[in-house]
Amino acid sequence: MEYFDIIFQEVYKILFLLVPVLVSVAMIVWLDRRVWAFVQKRQGPNVVGPFGLLQSLADALKYIFKEIIIPASSNKVIFILAPIITMTLALIAWAVIPFNEGQVLANINVGILYIFAVSSLGVYGIIMGGWASNSKYPFLGAIRSAAQMVSYEVSIGIIIINVLLCVGSLNLSDIVLAQQEMWFIIPLFPMFVIFFISSLAETNRPPFDLPEAEAELVAGYQTEYSGMMYAMFWLGEYANILLMCALGSILFLGGWLSPIDIYPFTLVPGAVWLIFKILFLFILFALVKATVPRYRYDQLMRLGWKIFLPFSLIYVVLTASYLFYFNLLPTN
Amino acid sequence: MKIARFIKTILMVDFVSGLLIAVKEMFKSKKTINYPFEKGKISPRFRGEHALRRYPNGEERCIACKLCEAVCPAQAITIESTQREDGSRKTTRYDIDMMKCIYCGLCEESCPVDAIVQGPNFEFSTETREELYYTKEKLLDNGDRWENILAANIKSDNPYR
Repeated sequence: MEYFDIIFQEVYKILFLLVPVLVSVAMIVWLDRRVWAFVQKRQGPNVVGPFGLLQSLADALKYIFKEIIIPASSNKVIFILAPIITMTLALIAWAVIPFNEGQVLANINVGILYIFAVSSLGVYGIIMGGWASNSKYPFLGAIRSAAQMVSYEVSIGIIIINVLLCVGSLNLSDIVLAQQEMWFIIPLFPMFVIFFISSLAETNRPPFDLPEAEAELVAGYQTEYSGMMYAMFWLGEYANILLMCALGSILFLGGWLSPIDIYPFTLVPGAVWLIFKILFLFILFALVKATVPRYRYDQLMRLGWKIFLPFSLIYVVLTASYLFYFNLLPTN
Repeated sequence: MKIARFIKTILMVDFVSGLLIAVKEMFKSKKTINYPFEKGKISPRFRGEHALRRYPNGEERCIACKLCEAVCPAQAITIESTQREDGSRKTTRYDIDMMKCIYCGLCEESCPVDAIVQGPNFEFSTETREELYYTKEKLLDNGDRWENILAANIKSDNPYR
């Protein structure tokens, strides 16, 4: 009996986290389309529900009732597994995101490594989808995506080292608490910019959406997918984007901390501040999508390996020597 | 020159100014309309759904001269006529195949009595093909329904004909 109590408690906690995340994924798709439309002076989705807020739910409903077509020459098990893996990996990473002091599903000491590992695994869903489709365009898209995500993972890893040097802990709550005096965006501003651009590439967002470049590859690794399986890829992609925004706001924008530590601002609950910061980063994502044309593939690789990687490595050395010289290295 | 460009690249000046333009454009007025709820203005010459008009006394205008049938480039119009007891020639059949029609407006222009006209209605899509084979009754009914607008359109366009 006691065993079931614990299970139910955990399931309840997980649902309490996952349902808001999934709902906000739906809302964020709407926001993305709306911002995109506004930049192009269009109206965007505005019919379903107030301001069109329920558009994504209507889309999801449509996807549920659509037929799932599985290509005859595909590897069926892997084909079906791919979107499931993508979405699961995008969702389980949320377990370690702290919404306020102590409000975190799994307060593990290697939180940042966990997120890093899970988001590295995310590439498997895409490779499996592209490979199992047994078709040219998905395969090319999957290869591109694998190379791109691996390249930018490296620079994100080194940027995270910068933050860790200043914190001295891998726990995400500790990282936020270390920013009480000053958000890391101020001393590490160049790193924040590189992190932002790398997370665009990491989540296959424009201008780095080469894996699904519709002008060349139809829809990349999603070409053969339809119905709910396509919707799961789509949900996983946006959940990943949201996760990257959350990670950016925790690493650089002080997570749940209020921007000014004085009376009226501290009344607002921390989770609200975190949501505001995530939204701010996401609107930046959407604006970039609306303004910037797609990169060429060799430019993408050059940016990742020849500019971001050396630059962030140099910055690691700079940060480390600064902290060491002024005796500011965290000790615990 | 090279150094200036290098600094510009590092600071991402072009990118940031592009983003600022995007933000500025976001708050300008929209160029599109909420179509089913609000509609754009259309000119009096607009060539939409066909209609057969009547004289104010209720007599149909068409004299079955078959000029429209002859001029129709898509051969969408079929007319059969007979002589009525009062000696006037009238149509017994006036069909337009709306799927053949290319909405060129030649029937309207060729008509000597302004009987066949193309009105402002462009929302007449149907669920079956059969509904798009317009008969004389349907066309006359259209004419009765849109008469006010049709007459006003012909009048306002008259000086430019």
